[in-house]
Amino acid sequence: MDSFNNHKGVVTPLDRSNVDTDQIIPAEYLKRVERNGFGPFLFNDWRKLPDGKPNPDFILNKSFYDIGTVLVSRRNFGSGSSREHAVWALMDHGFKAVVASSFAEIFHKNSFENGLLPVILPDEHISTILDRANAQPGYQLFIDLENCEVSDDHGLHVPFVIHEDSSTHDFRRHTLMNGLDSIGLTLKQENKIDQYEKNN
Amino acid sequence: MSLKTVGNRDLSKKEGQGKMAGKTMFDKIWDSHIVDDPTGEPTLLYVDLHLVHEVTSPQAFEGLRLANRTVRRPDLTIATVDHNVPTTDRDKPIADPISKQQIDTLAQNVEEFDITFYGVHSPEQGIVHVIGPQQGYTQPGKIIVCGDSHTATHGAFGAMAIPLGTSQVEHVLATQCLLQEKPKTMEIRVNGELSKGVSAKDVILGIIGKIGVDGGTGYAIEYTGDVIKNLPMEGRMTICNMSIEAGARIGMIAPDETTFEWLKNRPQVPKGDDFEAVTKEWELLASDSDAEYDEIVEIDAAELEPYITWGTNPGQVLSVKDSIPHPESFSSAEEKESAERALEYMALEPETQLTEIEIDRVFIGSCTNSRITDLRDAAEIVKGYKVSPKVTAMVVPGSTLVKWQAEKEGLDQIFIDSGFEWREAGCSMCLGMNPDILEPHERCASTSNRNFEGRQGKDGRTHLVSPQMAAAAAIEGHFVDVRDWEAKI
Ligand code: SF4
Repeated sequence: MDSFNNHKGVVTPLDRSNVDTDQIIPAEYLKRVERNGFGPFLFNDWRKLPDGKPNPDFILNKSFYDIGTVLVSRRNFGSGSSREHAVWALMDHGFKAVVASSFAEIFHKNSFENGLLPVILPDEHISTILDRANAQPGYQLFIDLENCEVSDDHGLHVPFVIHEDSSTHDFRRHTLMNGLDSIGLTLKQENKIDQYEKNN
Repeated sequence: MSLKTVGNRDLSKKEGQGKMAGKTMFDKIWDSHIVDDPTGEPTLLYVDLHLVHEVTSPQAFEGLRLANRTVRRPDLTIATVDHNVPTTDRDKPIADPISKQQIDTLAQNVEEFDITFYGVHSPEQGIVHVIGPQQGYTQPGKIIVCGDSHTATHGAFGAMAIPLGTSQVEHVLATQCLLQEKPKTMEIRVNGELSKGVSAKDVILGIIGKIGVDGGTGYAIEYTGDVIKNLPMEGRMTICNMSIEAGARIGMIAPDETTFEWLKNRPQVPKGDDFEAVTKEWELLASDSDAEYDEIVEIDAAELEPYITWGTNPGQVLSVKDSIPHPESFSSAEEKESAERALEYMALEPETQLTEIEIDRVFIGSCTNSRITDLRDAAEIVKGYKVSPKVTAMVVPGSTLVKWQAEKEGLDQIFIDSGFEWREAGCSMCLGMNPDILEPHERCASTSNRNFEGRQGKDGRTHLVSPQMAAAAAIEGHFVDVRDWEAKI
């Protein structure tokens, strides 16, 4: 996994709560047996009209928002199915981070596993960011994982966590910043796994 | 319903010196599976059973191959195909080449890694959360994982069942262990007795309506109380199954006589004296009477009713007696906005009585409600009646063995005589990955677990209900209060 230290990128605002993984990538597009190639189907049903043409009203089809690398949404982002394809689709499209006021748990874990940064901010800051992004296409956020701060060029400067639980936050921050592979980490404990199997 | 919050207690206090509080079932299972528990890092837990299906596994097996790793315990890994499989004639080849590729890929992977596989022609095939219990793989005290969000279903047996994404599937395949942050615990106690026409599905829909779609985020839920104790295993599975719709990855119920009776003689369950011995161990799993939970929610069964979801998340749910709410009636801007969007998508007007909503399709199936008791409940309603001419209705049993059992009992004939289609086992229209989908703008009464936009087909409109409510709606062509319907019979 690539390591993540900081990122500056254009914001794509998605002002909705409970964005579920069926919206992020509908079931019809889960049939691929690879990890890549899901980007074109990201938010498929919102992004495309019934005839398959791009829906001009959807944010990902608007210029400047289509090049966003930071998706900003609201509460309970990624609820629903465990499909990791949702994270793969977001990353395949080019997103590096999702900023929301909370994340559904399975999506949250899946994003850590793949190096998509989940940034948790209080509602008031999310509102500020959404307002600014809606007002100015091309609006950018700077996300600094080392110092756990989000800032913009207009005076916003706020701390964030990547998990509500502080030890999980610290651990995940460490693994993301070092690009650590969790299977590799666990396999270092192989003698303990052997021991457990012997005792049980 | 009354909501009692006991507040967030510091978990570490439980382990302080002096008199220790009793342990929850969650703690007992957690503690007995610890392989490694370094400070400040997730706990490494041993996994007793890994269930695999075709959608979330191909990239995991590919990852193993790329890293030159193998499956550590193929003997603790079981695979089946359910999400993609056709529910019509299975002797014909699968029409969709990409679905076929995914199914074939799993068949190759289980062969390569030597994993027990229930393929599409196996009598034991079915939805992964139906066949685990059916074959007796699911047992009390186990840690069970699956790359599927409804894995909590297995928690109905007093197991700790945890849903995974594909990276974690790969992790478990390679190591037989799971890195897991310890969740907090929540007891949801359902007191009293369910009235007639109120089912296990209504209990869980009522819970989700109460605590919200993220009320359980960060928690392992244990469902307790008289209502839960008096439910058969199928009803308990329905409740645990939808824990994720309340945001909780883990949902569990203490094992008891009902559990043991249900498991006895299942293929993978110990037999004879071994069964007696293992039951003694299982009896010890229940939470101690002085165990403490981080949160407690109490629900009075007398206040539960048959429910119908009206929106596009499972928390947008109301009693069958209610009418569609005005978006302005919600207190937060977020809920208002979400209700507006939902009503537009669902093409519903505020103040419409739920019983006036007309439907086009009925789907009885999914890992929530496709077991034999669900089919019996639905058949009892439709027996002797005809499906409304406006409605297309189908029953998709959860497994081939459930299908055969239903056929033995003549339930298939009851459904067919009423005008239902009687299909082969699989996930089917729960998620619309196979050809069973809603047409745009079709409205469906569904016994599944998700009413998200497009879940059952692009622009399809889903209302989640119990099997009884779905069956009665099929006959009438619109929703009815199944309690009145029963009175009519
Ligand atoms: S029936 Fe539906 S919810 Fe259950 S495993 Fe299949 S797709 Fe998932």
